[in-house]
Amino acid sequence: MAQVTLRKVVKKYDEVLAVRGIDLDIADKEFVVLVGPSGCGKSTTLRMIAGLEEITGGDIAIGGDVVNDVPPKDRDIAMVFQNYALYPHMNVYENMSFGLKLKRTPKNVIDQRVRQAAQILDITELLDRKPKQLSGGQRQRVAMGRAIVRDPKVFLFDEPLSNLDAKLRVQMRTEIKKVHQKVRTTTVYVTHDQIEAMTLADRVVVMNGGNIEQVGPPNELYHSPRTKFVAGFIGSPAMNLIPCQIEGAGDALTIRLSDTLSLAVPPSRVARYRAHVGKPNLLFGLRPEHLTETRQHLEADMQTFDVKLDVTEPMGMETLVYFNLNGIDVCGRVNPNAGARDGTSMKLCADMANMHLIDDKTELVL
Amino acid sequence: MADITVRSASIGSPDSRSSLHKLMQRKSTIAFLMALPLILLITVLVAYPAGYAVYLAMLNKSMTKFVWFKNFDFLFTRDTFWMVVYQSCLFAITAVIFKALIGFIVAHFVHNIPSKGQRKWRGMLLVPWVIPPAMSTLAWLWLFDPSYSAFNWLLQPFGLGPIPWLGETGWARFSVILVNVWVGAPFFMIMYLAALKSVPEQLYEAAAIDGATWWQRIWYVTLPMMRNIIAITALFSTIVTFANFDIVRVLTKGDPLNTTHLFGTWAFRLGIESNDIPLGSAVSLFMVPILAVAAVFILRDITKRGSEV
Amino acid sequence: MADAAVTSPAGAPTRARYGSMSRDRRWALRWSYFFLILFAIFFLTPPIYMFITSLKTSQEISAEINPWWVFNPTLNNYITLLTQNIFLKFFLNSAIVAVCTVTITMCISVIAAFSLARMKFWGSATLATGVFLTYLVPETLLFIPLFKMFAWVNETLGIQLMNNWWTLIILYPTLTVPFCTWIMIGYFASIPKELDEAALIDGATWIQTLTKIFIPVALPGIIAATIFCFTVSWAQFLYPLAFTTSTSELVLPVGIITTLIKGDVFNWGQIMTGALLGAAPPLIIYAFLMDYYIAGLTAGATKG
Repeated sequence: MAQVTLRKVVKKYDEVLAVRGIDLDIADKEFVVLVGPSGCGKSTTLRMIAGLEEITGGDIAIGGDVVNDVPPKDRDIAMVFQNYALYPHMNVYENMSFGLKLKRTPKNVIDQRVRQAAQILDITELLDRKPKQLSGGQRQRVAMGRAIVRDPKVFLFDEPLSNLDAKLRVQMRTEIKKVHQKVRTTTVYVTHDQIEAMTLADRVVVMNGGNIEQVGPPNELYHSPRTKFVAGFIGSPAMNLIPCQIEGAGDALTIRLSDTLSLAVPPSRVARYRAHVGKPNLLFGLRPEHLTETRQHLEADMQTFDVKLDVTEPMGMETLVYFNLNGIDVCGRVNPNAGARDGTSMKLCADMANMHLIDDKTELVL
Repeated sequence: MADITVRSASIGSPDSRSSLHKLMQRKSTIAFLMALPLILLITVLVAYPAGYAVYLAMLNKSMTKFVWFKNFDFLFTRDTFWMVVYQSCLFAITAVIFKALIGFIVAHFVHNIPSKGQRKWRGMLLVPWVIPPAMSTLAWLWLFDPSYSAFNWLLQPFGLGPIPWLGETGWARFSVILVNVWVGAPFFMIMYLAALKSVPEQLYEAAAIDGATWWQRIWYVTLPMMRNIIAITALFSTIVTFANFDIVRVLTKGDPLNTTHLFGTWAFRLGIESNDIPLGSAVSLFMVPILAVAAVFILRDITKRGSEV
Repeated sequence: MADAAVTSPAGAPTRARYGSMSRDRRWALRWSYFFLILFAIFFLTPPIYMFITSLKTSQEISAEINPWWVFNPTLNNYITLLTQNIFLKFFLNSAIVAVCTVTITMCISVIAAFSLARMKFWGSATLATGVFLTYLVPETLLFIPLFKMFAWVNETLGIQLMNNWWTLIILYPTLTVPFCTWIMIGYFASIPKELDEAALIDGATWIQTLTKIFIPVALPGIIAATIFCFTVSWAQFLYPLAFTTSTSELVLPVGIITTLIKGDVFNWGQIMTGALLGAAPPLIIYAFLMDYYIAGLTAGATKG
């Protein structure tokens, strides 16, 4: 059993709090991704699990044992670094076997494990090469191989794909997922790329400013974010957040976005939002894919309105359209055949069933 | 379930936290022990003697009495001392300027030629720096020989000479500076060449598109980009030149009439050869102010460089 | 291309301008070579003249003939020197002193540099700056107090430090250790932090990280530092001149100057031969390891 448990973990650098007392339970064999902007404490958290940083307060347990004071080598973990950190003077085989050799593992066991890992990663023919002779993707595989060979309780990945170009990154992402399906080791993965987080994780942990904002499966985070930060961070292009006010009474609430534009709150949400009528500092959140061209058969909660497009960005399978609402750029995703063009007017359709209402003061989703 | 196991294990944690503390302490203890030979060497053989020199400079000749600044007072009354001050400054300033100039020019020419030939030329031009200075100065001594000077033989057909290379004050000073420039210019050349290579080619292309002449390119692109390395090299060379010993010692031994002595050679003459350790010590201490100023500037430039990268 | 220039009138001036540009280049190149040859003559004259003289007999040296040419080349000077026991003793002294200095220096400075660059302890940053400052302290400032200190050791402890060639093994590290430590700190600092973290996770101790990872990775730097160290100890002149006096205790540079220059009788053929032989070891190392030599030379200012 290799679950990882964090209890009130705090990290202080001099007087700066990098991690502000976080709690996290990672189950055995789970793939958890820590995601957040740079400086949010995700790397620090990972390095504390690895034992590369001392923890200032709280407890970290791996497999039920508190490891606060255990040096990295005795924590039974393996780590893959952003810049791979392959030993440049050793060939691939030596790189992968270095840790085992230091543990005085018998030669035949080392050989068997290295070859097995090489096979999983499809790098058997690279075993004699030096890191310099490898491409970025190959180096990444070797770095993973070095981790697999040790057969640890936990894999730790520190932004492993950031140094690769976009195309290779997508490819290696799939590769990492495949390897996890084969090896089934508890994995903690750090990235700043929310797409990477969504695609890889069993559960995503969104961090911001040293705190955990929300933990949950990717789809839960996407469809029901709990805070303004998560709403804005997950999803690309980002969710539109527009200042609004709630008007009306009884069962007919409307969201006023500007003097000329107001949209009706779907009946299913009325009860939830009634208490916020007339309150200041409210944000209306709607993802671009819920702001589309108008259709023939509108569903119940869909409402249409006219806008003047500023910029359109054809992406192939869709076209992103931008228009201005009270000084805020709002993005929508329309069908490329809908005839959206820069500077023209267009009728858009908002799917209010997927709207969010956020209190800008507390930054919580209401 | 995880909660229970964690809680039970964390009972032991206050104890193990102190063990981690010990571990971290052990790490810095090991680190300190690893640096200990270096620390000992620096303290015993550099820092202590440097301080001891100050003490020595305040003793009387037989080193039995503490006489405060008497030795310095005595030095200030001696013409030879002022001569040495003058010559040391003249020597260091002139030599560094010419070394820097020649080094810069040669580095430019080497940088100009196709890169496959550069290694060969660079290798050839660095030879003076590689030969032990005491040995190469012997060759200069022979070239300057009063009766068999090979230079004078070359000048003879033009009706020039014979030049008393080491016999007259003016020429002797010129000669020691010439030899110092010969030894030191290649070092500047190598440093500047490394700096030239680090200037991105696009900057020159951009300057060329903006219509800069080659002179403007040097003035507005090359020099500003190399400013830091020029400063560091020149300051470093100032220290080494100011503290020079080998060349003057082998070439003139300070003659004629002590006019080519530097602080180093004169201190050696007084302290070791005339057995007046306090006076020699006092003389050598006069290098400190200039060394200190240069060191402060070098340190500043190096940290600046470090933060640029 | 040429066709286009002939047929289209607009193409002609463009072509002319290109032509002048490449002509400028060619002239710049010619001037570069011209001046490089001039400077090469200036830089290489003394060693070449050394070599010329070393092949001459005393008669030819004192004759009124072209000194820049050898009329009766002879290897007698080399044979005389290389069969003289005292000259071989100088060579041996120099070699032992240099090898010991290199060994001691590299042991001290590589280990200390690793501790300063990677492990850190209280005051380690100050110490790194101190190391650099020590490197700037010239030997001309230290030889008198050291002389007095060694004399004191001699008197009170009875250890004969004066007039012994091995005393130089104690003295030379003061010149070599600071610089070697400084450039090794630079080389070690350029190794990515993740590399020792990976080694830490792999279970390497600090010593293993140093010997199995850092030393192999920083090998070019270590070679450069070693070369520097050897050259400095081979060429050092002031310390042996001050600290050794008996003929049998001298190292090569001092030995040549004090024994071959006797009063006014200069045997220039032998002096030049001796100087050339004294310059040979650093020159040979330089010839084979030029790139490392230059890397070490520029490292002081470009790495730190």
